[in-house]
Amino acid sequence: MSEKQVTRRNFLYVTTGAFAAAGAVSLAWPFVDQMNPDASVKALASTEIDLRPIIPGQSITVMWRGKPVFIRRRTQAEIDEAKKVNLADLPHPEADSDRAQNPEWLVMVGICTHLGCVPLGQKGDYNGWFCPCHGSHYDTSGRIRKGPAPTNLEIPDYVFLNETTIKIG
Amino acid sequence: MSENYAPKSAVGRWFNDRLPLLNLIYGHLLPYPTPKNLNYWWTFGGILTFCLVTQIITGLVLAMHYVADADLAFASVEHIMRDVNYGWLLRYIHANGASLFFMAVYIHMARSLFYGSYKEPRELIWIIGVFIFLLMIATAFMGYVLPWGQMSFWGATVITNLFSAIPLVGESVTNWLWGGYAVGSPLLTRFFTLHYLMPFLIFALVILHVWALHVPGNNNPEGINVVQGSQDTVPFHPHYVVKDMFALVVFLVVFAGFVFFVPNLLGHTDNYIEANPLQTPEHIVPEWYFLPFYAILRSVPDKLGGVILMVSAIAILAFLPWLDTSKVRSAKYRPLYRQFVWLFFANVILLGYLGAQTADGLFLIIGRIATAYYFAHFIIILPLLGYIEKTKPLPKSLSEPVLSPEERQMKAAASGASA
Repeated sequence: MSEKQVTRRNFLYVTTGAFAAAGAVSLAWPFVDQMNPDASVKALASTEIDLRPIIPGQSITVMWRGKPVFIRRRTQAEIDEAKKVNLADLPHPEADSDRAQNPEWLVMVGICTHLGCVPLGQKGDYNGWFCPCHGSHYDTSGRIRKGPAPTNLEIPDYVFLNETTIKIG
Repeated sequence: MSENYAPKSAVGRWFNDRLPLLNLIYGHLLPYPTPKNLNYWWTFGGILTFCLVTQIITGLVLAMHYVADADLAFASVEHIMRDVNYGWLLRYIHANGASLFFMAVYIHMARSLFYGSYKEPRELIWIIGVFIFLLMIATAFMGYVLPWGQMSFWGATVITNLFSAIPLVGESVTNWLWGGYAVGSPLLTRFFTLHYLMPFLIFALVILHVWALHVPGNNNPEGINVVQGSQDTVPFHPHYVVKDMFALVVFLVVFAGFVFFVPNLLGHTDNYIEANPLQTPEHIVPEWYFLPFYAILRSVPDKLGGVILMVSAIAILAFLPWLDTSKVRSAKYRPLYRQFVWLFFANVILLGYLGAQTADGLFLIIGRIATAYYFAHFIIILPLLGYIEKTKPLPKSLSEPVLSPEERQMKAAASGASA
């Protein structure tokens, strides 16, 4: 085979092709990005909740970004149970103190980390939450203990605005 | 064959000279040489084409009344059922049509497995078929989401969450699919759009599927090569047109039985409850035709592992022509494969049964064994059988197995004389 020489025509081919490819990719992006969460969805990013009506041992579920969020005022027994667990026994080790800013209030996204079902409260082998879809058991701190879910129930960003109000998001 | 076709009318000739469309249709539907011994398992190709056209037509008219919005979808489906003239009939045909479509496609695939239709030189027909099956799965799943009942919503949630198992980008991908942070209106609208598009893609693949089929011609129950245009073939019309029509009529009796007598038998009652993002139904089950794959998903305790295994269960089909190392096509001449293929069918049905049960205790253990066997069939049994199985001698022609010994002798003498 003869030795290949880079001609002006080769150069033109490659640069034209490169420009066309870059143009096609940048034009494709709007078609992909239009599917991402839009401005109106992002605008619903935070929710404020009044905690006064909730008594110990009671939970409420609020909607945040279209997802259910569990807010549970835990009983002393539940807090103790969550605290005494040996972290080494957990599939996804997290201390209860890292999951609840105030031990009395557990705030977490009520969506099973397996495939997104809503777990049922105060059920399952660990007295916490139980997902009916594929049998994941969570403890009183919302940590995965048994079943197919890979991680603990997610804790959203939230702040206590005062003693009785929290803001999620 | 097709080159010789001349339309009878002057208009037809004028048209055909300018665009030989009639030639094409004529060649593929009328004199197309077909093995003379195709049994009723071969009629499901025609039945499937009928199913696809039925779904497209009923879907088109349902789309004239349906509204793809999370607040309105459920009510618009009830509106179709109660107010729209014959809306109930059109929706029941569409919903049961999907189930019967899958029933037919599973029989069609089983026929291919039994008679080795996926083997050389028909690998590409089979692979196109696997893609059609994949598109059917996507279309049926998205269609099931549209009524926005509890099963629609939670089915969509569970299945779209499968993508969150992808390492690193999983969450971004699911948010992108949802157009939000949970299943909602944006997802419903895009599912409706894709549900409308995909049947046309399937239609295009069906044309390729038939085109690829008409290159080597049909396989047959003996699994031997037949010479096109020899005594072993008959023209497609009228022989198989009539046979396909008869099978279609029988199929329609079953279809009508479902539509008019038990239209909700294959559905789930929870889907007549409007979607509620705060409450998951007690027991989520997919439509019956997804159950075997659902059982495979649930048999793995690991999220990513389950997803990979479920996707592999379908993807592995595309490699079947090379996993099966035996040169003999039909199970009729493969004494061992014949038993294993029935075992495989039984195993798939078992997986389907397990997919409908709760995944714990004994069911989970059996589910794991059945899943392991499903894959063992493809990656251990099929490759090995080609080496260890002693196959029966193949007939030389389609006539040979059905001739009496005397006829066979006469034929041998005649061919000996002419040779």
